[in-house]
Amino acid sequence: MKIIYTDSLVVGAGLAGLRVAIASKERGLDTVVLSLIPAKRSHSAAAQGGMQASLGNTVKGMGDDEDVHFQDTVKGSDWGCDQDVARMFAHCAPKAVRELANWGVPWSRITAGDRQVVVNAEKVTITEAEKAHGLINARDFGGTKKWRTCYTADGTGHSLLYAVDNKAIEMDIPVHERIEALSLIHDGKRCHGVIARCLVTGELRAYIGKSTTIATGGYGRIYEVSTNAIICEGIGQALALDTGVATLGNMEAVQFHPTAIVPVGILTTEGCRGDGGLLRDKDGHRFMPDYEPEKKELASRDVVSRRMTEHMRKGKGVDSPYGPHLWLDITLLGRKHVETNLREVKEICENFLGIDPAKDWIPVRPTQHYSMGGIRTNATGESPQLAGLFSVGEAACWDMHGFNRLGGNSLAETVVGGMIIGKYVADYCEKNTLEINTQVIDNSMSKLQAEIDDLLVGDGTENVFEIKLAMQRIMMDYVGIFRNGIELEKAITELKDLLQRSKNIGLKCKKRHANPELVEALRVPRMLRVALTVACGANARTESRGAHAREDYPQRNDKEWLNRTLSTWPNENALEPTLSYEQLDVMKMELPPGYRGYGNDNAVAHPDTAKRETQIADILAELGDDADRYDKQAAIMPFDLPETLRPRNERLSDTIAVSGEK
Amino acid sequence: MTSPRTISFEIFRYDPQDPNDKPKMVTYEITEAPGMTVFIALNLLREQQDPSLQFDFVCRAGICGSCAMVINGKPTLACRTLTANFPDGKIKLMPLPGFELIGDLSVNTGKFMRELAERLQLWLQPDANDIDIHRLESPMDPAEAAKLYELERCVECGVCVSACATKQMKDSFVGAVGMMKIARFEMDSRDTRSAEDFYHVIGNQDGVFGCMTLLGCQDACPKDLPHMQQIAYLRRKMAQTIVSC
Repeated sequence: MKIIYTDSLVVGAGLAGLRVAIASKERGLDTVVLSLIPAKRSHSAAAQGGMQASLGNTVKGMGDDEDVHFQDTVKGSDWGCDQDVARMFAHCAPKAVRELANWGVPWSRITAGDRQVVVNAEKVTITEAEKAHGLINARDFGGTKKWRTCYTADGTGHSLLYAVDNKAIEMDIPVHERIEALSLIHDGKRCHGVIARCLVTGELRAYIGKSTTIATGGYGRIYEVSTNAIICEGIGQALALDTGVATLGNMEAVQFHPTAIVPVGILTTEGCRGDGGLLRDKDGHRFMPDYEPEKKELASRDVVSRRMTEHMRKGKGVDSPYGPHLWLDITLLGRKHVETNLREVKEICENFLGIDPAKDWIPVRPTQHYSMGGIRTNATGESPQLAGLFSVGEAACWDMHGFNRLGGNSLAETVVGGMIIGKYVADYCEKNTLEINTQVIDNSMSKLQAEIDDLLVGDGTENVFEIKLAMQRIMMDYVGIFRNGIELEKAITELKDLLQRSKNIGLKCKKRHANPELVEALRVPRMLRVALTVACGANARTESRGAHAREDYPQRNDKEWLNRTLSTWPNENALEPTLSYEQLDVMKMELPPGYRGYGNDNAVAHPDTAKRETQIADILAELGDDADRYDKQAAIMPFDLPETLRPRNERLSDTIAVSGEK
Repeated sequence: MTSPRTISFEIFRYDPQDPNDKPKMVTYEITEAPGMTVFIALNLLREQQDPSLQFDFVCRAGICGSCAMVINGKPTLACRTLTANFPDGKIKLMPLPGFELIGDLSVNTGKFMRELAERLQLWLQPDANDIDIHRLESPMDPAEAAKLYELERCVECGVCVSACATKQMKDSFVGAVGMMKIARFEMDSRDTRSAEDFYHVIGNQDGVFGCMTLLGCQDACPKDLPHMQQIAYLRRKMAQTIVSC
């Protein structure tokens, strides 16, 4: 039995995983990262538009601060997020941006003086302050009060991932490539590491760590069409789920991005609309102002995706062999802008559509994009059930996104969450010792070995590729943008049938080493269990919140559903998860549930909301007139952070008197 | 409507871990669909004809650099190569040369790039005293930031390495990818290394002075990076270092 020991074990070498690894290594801990692929190929690289941080350098970001970023994030989540976590995040986002500048990210910078931008389809001249010259710029994104999204053209994820991986290389952090973690080693109370399979040699290894951090991204590929990289298959979530102990949070919270190209589902960034791009229908009509007169194309993602779907259902979509689509028009931004600030979008349009987006409209349709749900953690990133198991980034339900994530907050979560949780991981490793129970390791290893043996020498007859496609189509057809009880029941029945069939997979390729069919056969049953947590969670949640939109329950129901869905899979032979719920405490919220600003305000109020609002008013009154925004915040909802991340963020507005409205 | 054509894929097959296997070319046929890419076709072949077929894709959007291979004699990204670009319907796929073969069309570019980064120290080396993440960041010339991003668009796909005649003859040659990255850090005002420091790394036959200027890198780079310009820039820079010494 091959056993590799370390202090801080990280699964996944995207931005979140690498950032935790760096935080561990900075404290002198032995650190090992496992990855399916070379680190720089991780899906983080695909993030285009940018990351949100309230630097407030640009004139359109003046007046921005942690408070505004926090409020936007909570509203964006449709009050489903953990507000402590949203606070921790908003506070540290500017620090992460500045740290990354020192690691090599060539953030787009502000040029002082006049510049022309497109706002609401009109050319507008804005004037940047002299003192802002050379500071980090920001662009507009949906669902935000200020221009807050820091960027490098439309390759922000690429720049960040390269800078962070370069830092990891500088620190001599080993990344074991082409290694797939397939089960967690645990004793029901503490996680000790993973059993992993080498995708080249087929060797099984036990990686033992004081801490195990899962940073494997989302589960978008349980859907047939997704903007996600093909490796985002939810195996990280399955690792936790299959312990039978650890919980997954809000798995039904799945985001659909408004503008992926048709038919292949490759993303065009929200920056297209942030920079002034418009959505048009088959008549060339700009339809978003008809639905959302205030926010228009820059409403929150879930809202825009639903409005687009509604509009296509009215017959206003453009017919194509791949079904109806709408148009994204960025021609009004001008060629120079497209070729500098949106050049990855241009390349994608040229290569996959054969069009020039500086003069042609782009065919787009809402497409699965992001997993708000994931491995449930507390605010320090640790599983509440399994000590030593941490999760970060899209893989986790740390829960700053609730039921809808704002554009620019995911890339931000990877590096900000990684920065914060990385410190807690290091704390954990310093306080705990390595526990080595070879019998526990051996049991986990034998179990996985038996699973592989069954597949290779068993007499199964099911085709793994067919089962996978069937699952992906069920998720597309019945667990999409709009959901209803009848279709969700159908999805659950069919997914359970597939899970049953997946126990009888037979392989044509019998190789123990490099065997793509075996890789699929190990993943698909895991993906099915994850898909069932999504479908079952969606079916049980009889309300509409954020990206979870029930046609049969259109109201947000704070009275009954202001909670977080928790899924576990305690019986490995079961065909569906066990659901339970974690209540969100209105009496502890800094921002009690309210109107989000889209469509009708039809939410069913929580009985504590009015009480908490009165309490907050009393707290503020008691503070008196001298209290600044930090005092007020601390009085309403104190939150904790590692000490080195607590200092306040300096802004340009601290040094010059400025004002600005978005 | 004309019926879809049948296209043929002639694919290099070899499993280096199987002592009984020998390299060979195997031909597969597939019905073309509108908008079909080599990515789509290879996955269909694996799902429907031969599940042992090895290849690498991650983003399938031309962003991650995983899927470079030699397609009808030219190294390029498979994910964004449309089958419609080949009028005779014959497509020959070979693994990228210059890298360790994992099997079939899969090569180990990751190991190569990591070793290159370690050897050339391809990370920003700023003034350690200059950073306080709680304070306003240091300003940077907006034009410099834009220029750095342009040079940073390299996706480490390995195409320039496989298209480089010098690299094929001289294994220790850093290749266009190495020089592009050196140029990127050399131009970065935040990096404290001097031209002399870089001279020690690439001012030799393994670096700028080894390049035969055949510029396969420039011709084949899927990101259209300005390799020719950057190699020339570095040569002048390195030559100036000698003159000024």
